Amino acid sequence: MKKRILASCLGAAFLFLAWLALSEIVRLPIIPSPVRVVENIGEIFFGTIAVHGAYSLGRIIAGLLLAVGVGLPVGVLMGWSRRADRLLAPLVYLTYPVPKIALLPIVMLLFGLGDGSKTIMLFLILVFQVVIAVRDSIRAIPEEVFYPLASLGAPFRLILLEVLLPASLPKFMTAIRVAMATAISVLFFTETFGTQYGMGYFIMDAWLRVNYLEMYSGIVVLSVMGLFMFGVMDFAERYFCRWQGKM
Amino acid sequence: MIRVSNLSAYYDTATGRSMALEDMNLCVPKGGTCAIIGPSGCGKSTLLRILAGIASNYEGEVSIADASVDPEVLSIGFIPQNYGLLPWKTVRDNIRLSWKVKHPESLVPEGEETILARLGIGEELLERFPRELSGGQQQRASLARAFLLQPDVLLMDEPFSALDAITREEMQEVFFELWRAQAVTTVIVTHYVEEALYLGQTVIVLSSAPGHVLSVTENSFFARREDSGEYAAQKARLRGWLTGKGAEA
Repeated sequence: MKKRILASCLGAAFLFLAWLALSEIVRLPIIPSPVRVVENIGEIFFGTIAVHGAYSLGRIIAGLLLAVGVGLPVGVLMGWSRRADRLLAPLVYLTYPVPKIALLPIVMLLFGLGDGSKTIMLFLILVFQVVIAVRDSIRAIPEEVFYPLASLGAPFRLILLEVLLPASLPKFMTAIRVAMATAISVLFFTETFGTQYGMGYFIMDAWLRVNYLEMYSGIVVLSVMGLFMFGVMDFAERYFCRWQGKM
Repeated sequence: MIRVSNLSAYYDTATGRSMALEDMNLCVPKGGTCAIIGPSGCGKSTLLRILAGIASNYEGEVSIADASVDPEVLSIGFIPQNYGLLPWKTVRDNIRLSWKVKHPESLVPEGEETILARLGIGEELLERFPRELSGGQQQRASLARAFLLQPDVLLMDEPFSALDAITREEMQEVFFELWRAQAVTTVIVTHYVEEALYLGQTVIVLSSAPGHVLSVTENSFFARREDSGEYAAQKARLRGWLTGKGAEA
């Protein structure tokens, strides 16, 4: 763990230096010095950026909760019951490959321009990954794993808690991680209209105002937010999936 | 007491019905042990699944303690071939799992310490995950899980076959110690003749698929490690049944 933190710090330092070098070489306002950007973040973070960041984070959490709330039960159902899978699989496979961003106009027509449609977009990106990961993990559990519980007459509730959910957790976490990168970029895009809050709005607004310093500040904060979220997910996976051995 | 009469089990395949067991009769007295040997694919494991109340693809009568097999009413200890430990649970949680199913109201199983001590499972082992255990240690954990429940019947599928010779003998002794303390009716499936002779008061030989009973032997070598001529002869007789030469061997 310490090694990883050290490696991340080294990576950040390298990026910082490369940026500094580039800004010194080109000396143009479109590439301000990272020192000034960091100073700017220090000045406007608590007054301005933090609010936008909180809005974005709130939308991500809402979309994630919705996706898990719907995706987990559907995935369990499809993994557990062949009949449910036969019924739902065509639906999932038909809608899964559609680029979710293409559905944005429909989502906006149905849910408006506000937070609703932004959350729904995140939900749409995450939910299919969750459904498929959970279903596949449950299908992959060898039948013998259920025998000791089945021979005790364990109710489904216990089988769900003791077998199905823990068995699908590793793939579930991976799916969230993979989908999250797409989710953040789509969120950025949806935040460029219909709202005056969110990192997407902040960055694009700074760009339109030709305030490159603020624009870069927004980009840096957005990156750090992403880093923080992946860090949290990494940590959760390490803890909850430690039975799998070293990762 | 376990009683099986006229049992036939089948599998539905793409081409039709395939028989796994045919006209099987079996009786294990209360507190007794019965070892079942047979070639691979003879339906031994199917029989255990039926006795465990997991499989229902059979005809005929199966009763445990004069009642039909109902996992919700009975306490059935089932130790599958790979020990059936859940990889995401620590040894402690694995051991307590069967207790949790049957006694949801109490957290710490009665008699846990005694059984753990008997099996030599220490505090350090309890915190580990199954992946971090040797085969013998996994076997100890699964025995602890089964015996903790004080089951009505104990069903073991090739319980010691994945262990090396020394660990196997050691685990067989451990099993005997627990079995003597609780006198639980036990059915053991194996493909080792020596193991059947050591663990089974009765030894039953099954034919290749569809399995039916070839011979039933009251075993006088039960719980004895022998190397006498008589023992060798008994072993040869059972081998004879297994290899299809019948009683003449």
